[in-house]
Amino acid sequence: MSIAPKAENPSLQSQRARVASDLRRVVATDSVLDEEESLRPYECDGLSAYRRLPLVVVLPDTVDQVQQVVRYCHDNDIPIVARGAGTGLSGGALPIEDGVVLSLAKFNKVISVDKDNRTAVVQPGVRNLAISETVSHLGLYYAPDPSSQIACTIGGNVAENAGGLHCLKYGLTVHNVLEIKIVTIEGDLVTIGSNALDSPGYDLLALMTGSEGLLGIIVEVTVKLLTKPDCAKVIMASFDDIEKAGNAVANIITAGIIPGGLEMMDNAAIRVTEDFVHAGYDVEAAAILLCELDGTPEEVDDEIERVKLVLEQSGYTQMQVAKDDNQRQLFWSGRKSAFPAVGRISPDYYCMDGTIPRKTLGSVMSKVDELSRQYDLRVVNVFHAGDGNLHPLILYDGNVEGELERTEELGGAILDLCIEVGGTITGEHGVGMEKIDHMCIQFDTLELSQFHAVKQAFDTKRLLNPDKAVPTLHRCAEFGAMHVHKGQLKFPDIERF
Amino acid sequence: MSADSAQELIDAVKRALDSNTNLCITGGNTKSFYGRDPVGEPLLTTIHHGIVNYEPSELVITARSGTLLADIELTLAEQKQMLAFEPPSFGKQATLGGAVACGLSGPRRPYVGAVRDFVLGVRMINGRGEDLKFGGQVMKNVAGYDVSRLMVGALGTLGVLLDISLKVLPTPMMECTLVFEVGHTQALELQNTWAAKPLPISATCHVGELLHVRLSGSEKGIIAARKQLGGEQVQGADEFWCNLKEHRHDFFKQAETLWRISVPPATPALNVSGPCLVEWNGGLRWLKSDIPAQSIRTTIDMVGGHATMFRGGDSENVFHPLQQTVLTLHKNLKTAFDPAGIFNPGRMYEGV
Ligand SMILES: Cc1cc2nc3c(=O)[nH]c(=O)nc-3n(C[C@H](O)[C@H](O)[C@H](O)COP(=O)(O)OP(=O)(O)OC[C@H]3O[C@@H](n4cnc5c(N)ncnc54)[C@H](O)[C@@H]3O)c2cc1C
Repeated sequence: MSIAPKAENPSLQSQRARVASDLRRVVATDSVLDEEESLRPYECDGLSAYRRLPLVVVLPDTVDQVQQVVRYCHDNDIPIVARGAGTGLSGGALPIEDGVVLSLAKFNKVISVDKDNRTAVVQPGVRNLAISETVSHLGLYYAPDPSSQIACTIGGNVAENAGGLHCLKYGLTVHNVLEIKIVTIEGDLVTIGSNALDSPGYDLLALMTGSEGLLGIIVEVTVKLLTKPDCAKVIMASFDDIEKAGNAVANIITAGIIPGGLEMMDNAAIRVTEDFVHAGYDVEAAAILLCELDGTPEEVDDEIERVKLVLEQSGYTQMQVAKDDNQRQLFWSGRKSAFPAVGRISPDYYCMDGTIPRKTLGSVMSKVDELSRQYDLRVVNVFHAGDGNLHPLILYDGNVEGELERTEELGGAILDLCIEVGGTITGEHGVGMEKIDHMCIQFDTLELSQFHAVKQAFDTKRLLNPDKAVPTLHRCAEFGAMHVHKGQLKFPDIERF
Repeated sequence: MSADSAQELIDAVKRALDSNTNLCITGGNTKSFYGRDPVGEPLLTTIHHGIVNYEPSELVITARSGTLLADIELTLAEQKQMLAFEPPSFGKQATLGGAVACGLSGPRRPYVGAVRDFVLGVRMINGRGEDLKFGGQVMKNVAGYDVSRLMVGALGTLGVLLDISLKVLPTPMMECTLVFEVGHTQALELQNTWAAKPLPISATCHVGELLHVRLSGSEKGIIAARKQLGGEQVQGADEFWCNLKEHRHDFFKQAETLWRISVPPATPALNVSGPCLVEWNGGLRWLKSDIPAQSIRTTIDMVGGHATMFRGGDSENVFHPLQQTVLTLHKNLKTAFDPAGIFNPGRMYEGV
C-alpha cells in the first residue's frame, strides 16, 4: 500500500501558488516553502516507503502565527498535517497532496524550568533529549526516552504517546506530561491539564496524548521532571531458548520487582548489534535480557540479588552485572543502536510495533520465526520485554521487485498475530497511515464510528491530519475484500493466524 | 448474577433511550455525595460483577464494573499485589466502576500515578446503547484515541462502564511511617525538599502539628532513608493511612464545607482561612471553610490549581469552572458519546 510519487495535476500547482502567497501574509516569506526542491525533505517521515509532496510547508514561529495559519486553512478547507522532527515510524506526518504541512521546528525553546515543582515548560519543537540536558545540572531529567530521543520532538512524543526503554517503571508520555496548550482547528488557544496533579472536567490531556495530530496542534508542553536516581545497575543474562528468556521476564515481575528497564534481543539482533558496537554480548545466546535496576544504592543492591536469584531459577546460561557505569552504558549501547545496526546489514528495514501479553512472548516469537521463513525475509527482534512491546525489524531491499509488498504482507501477518493473542497493533509508534487497515481488524464498526464522533467533537470539517489513524468505514469495507483477495491470489499456501 | 448481565444493562440503556428517560448510573452508591446532584432512574451496575481475568505475572486485572473494590483488593493482596493508586472507597459497597468514574486516588498517587495512569482498557455502553471496547489488557497501546482514560473521572456522563482492565503493582516489601512535629509552613517546605531527593517516600500527610511520612521499598532502602530523614517511627500506621484515605480521620468530622484543592505541590501556604490538611507532597490540600466559593477559587486560580467542593456547600457549583473553549469541547464530547444526554445529566457541569 505504498504511495509512489506521481506527476502533479496543474490545478494543484495553481492552488499551491495561491496558498503560498496567502500564507506569506501571515509568516515571513522564507517561512513558506513551495518549491519542489524545498518540499522534498518533507515528503515522508521515518517510514520512508510512504512519500507524498505537500501543497506547501509553513514554518511559523509564534503561537499567534500558528493560530492565523490554522484559521486560514479552516476558512479555506485546507487539510493540515502537523510535523515535529519527522521521525515517526507510521507515516503520521506523511503530507497530504492538497494540504499544508505545519512544521513546529521553529518552536525549539525551553520556556521555563520550575525547580521547586520539578516541571519544565517547553515549546513543541524541543527535542526530547534536550529537555533532560537542560535540567541535568539540577539533578533532574525527563523520563520517557524513545531511542530516537536525540531527534524527535516533545510535540511529536505527545502526539504519539511515545515510550522508551524506561517506561515499564516510569511510564509513557501520558504519565509524564502535566499540561499542554493546543490550537484548535478554529484557531482557538486552549489550555489542557494543569500544573497541579489533576484538573477539573474530562481528562482531555489523556485524550490528546497519542491522538496523532488529529485533534489539535500542540504549541506548548509542560512536562514532569524526575529526580535522577542515585544509582543504576544493569544485569545481562543469556538464554539458550527464547521462551526461557520470556519466562524469566514474567518471573522477575511475579517476584514483585519492577525494573527501570527490561529489554530483550534475539540472536539475530545480538549478532548485528555486537558487530556494530562490540558491547560484549554473548553471540551464541538465543536471547539476552538486559535488566536495569535503579534507586538508592541500598535498594539497587537488594534488587540485584533478588533478580540474580530469579534469573538463576529461570535457567540462564550466562550472567553478568555491569561492573561500572561505562560498562552499563556499553551494554545499553547495543540495544539502543539496534536500528542503525540493522541499517548496516540491510538496504531497508521495516519496524513493527505490536504489543502482546507477556505470557505469549515465547509462542509469538516462534510464530514470527515461522512467518519469516515462509515469506523468505529476515527478521531481527528487539523488544521492550517488560511491557510486551515487540519491535520485529523486517529486512528487505526496496529495489528488489516485490520485496516491499512481501514485507508489508509479513508485517500484516505479524499484526494479525498480535491481535489474535489479545494484544494490539501498536504499542508506541502509532497507527498513522501505515497501520490504518489493521485498525479495521482491531476495532469493529461501532468502535470506529465512536472514534469518528470524537474527531467530530474537535474537528468538524475533518481537516487535521485527515484519513490517518482511524479508517473510514468505507475503507474498511474495501480492505476486508482486499485482504482475502490478496491472500488468495498472492500467497495461497501461507497459513494465516 | 444473571447469565448476561452486560446484555441486561445494554437493554436497560436502550429502553431508557426509547422512553427518553435519564439514567443515574449507580454502583455501591457510596459516592453519591460527590459532584452535582444525581438525577434520573437508577441503573444498577452491581448486577454486573466479578473478576474476569487476573494474571499476576502480567500485572493486569480485568473486572466487571459492579465488582466490589474490596473484593478486588483482597484478590490482589493474596498475590502480594495492589491497586497502587489507593482509591478511596467511602463505604464497603464501593464498586470498581464507581472508583474509576469518580477518578479519585489516595495517598500514594504522587509517587506511582492516579487511577487514569493505571487504566488500560474498558468495555462500555455509550449513549446509543452500543457495546464498545477500547484499549486492552496490555501495558502499551496507542491504537485509536485513548477513550479508556477519558472515562476516568467522567462521572459516568459519557457511558456505562462494563469491564475495566487495570495495571496493578506488587505491594512493597516493607513500609514504615515516620512522624515529625512541625507547623504548616515548615511541613510544606520539608515535603518539597524530600520530594526533590531520590527517597522511597510513598505518602505524606500534614494536619495539626504532625507530619506523617510513609516509606515503601526494600528493607535496606528504608533503613537508609530513615537515617536521612530522622523523625519518630509510628507503629500500626496502616490504619492511619487507611483512615486518611477514607476520610475517617478526625479532621474530616466537620460542619463546614470540605474543599479538595489541587495545586502545584510547591505552592506556599494558601491565602484562605480555615483548617487545612496537606497530602501529596503539598499537591493536595483539604480545606474546611465556609468562605464564598468565588473567593476561594479566585485565590486558587492565581496559583494554577483548582478547587472542588467535595462535601457540603452549594451543590450547583461543585467543580472549578472551565475555560469557555474547554467547556465547549466537553459539550461536544458529551454529544459524541451520549447524544440524547441520558447518562448522569448535569452531574459534572450543567449541560455535560
Ligand atoms: C530510530 C528510531 C527509533 C525510535 N524509537 C522509538 C521509541 O523507542 N519509542 C517510541 O515511542 N517511538 C520511537 N520512534 C518513533 C518516533 O521517534 C516517535 O513516534 C516520536 O514521538 C515522533 O516525534 P517527531 O517529533 O519526530 O514527530 P513526527 O514524526 O514529526 O510526527 C509524528 C505525529 O505527530 C504529529 N505531530 C507532531 N508534532 C505535533 C504537534 N506539535 N501537534 C500535533 N501533532 C503533532 C504528526 O502529525 C504525526 O502524526 C523511533 C523512531 C526512529 C526513527
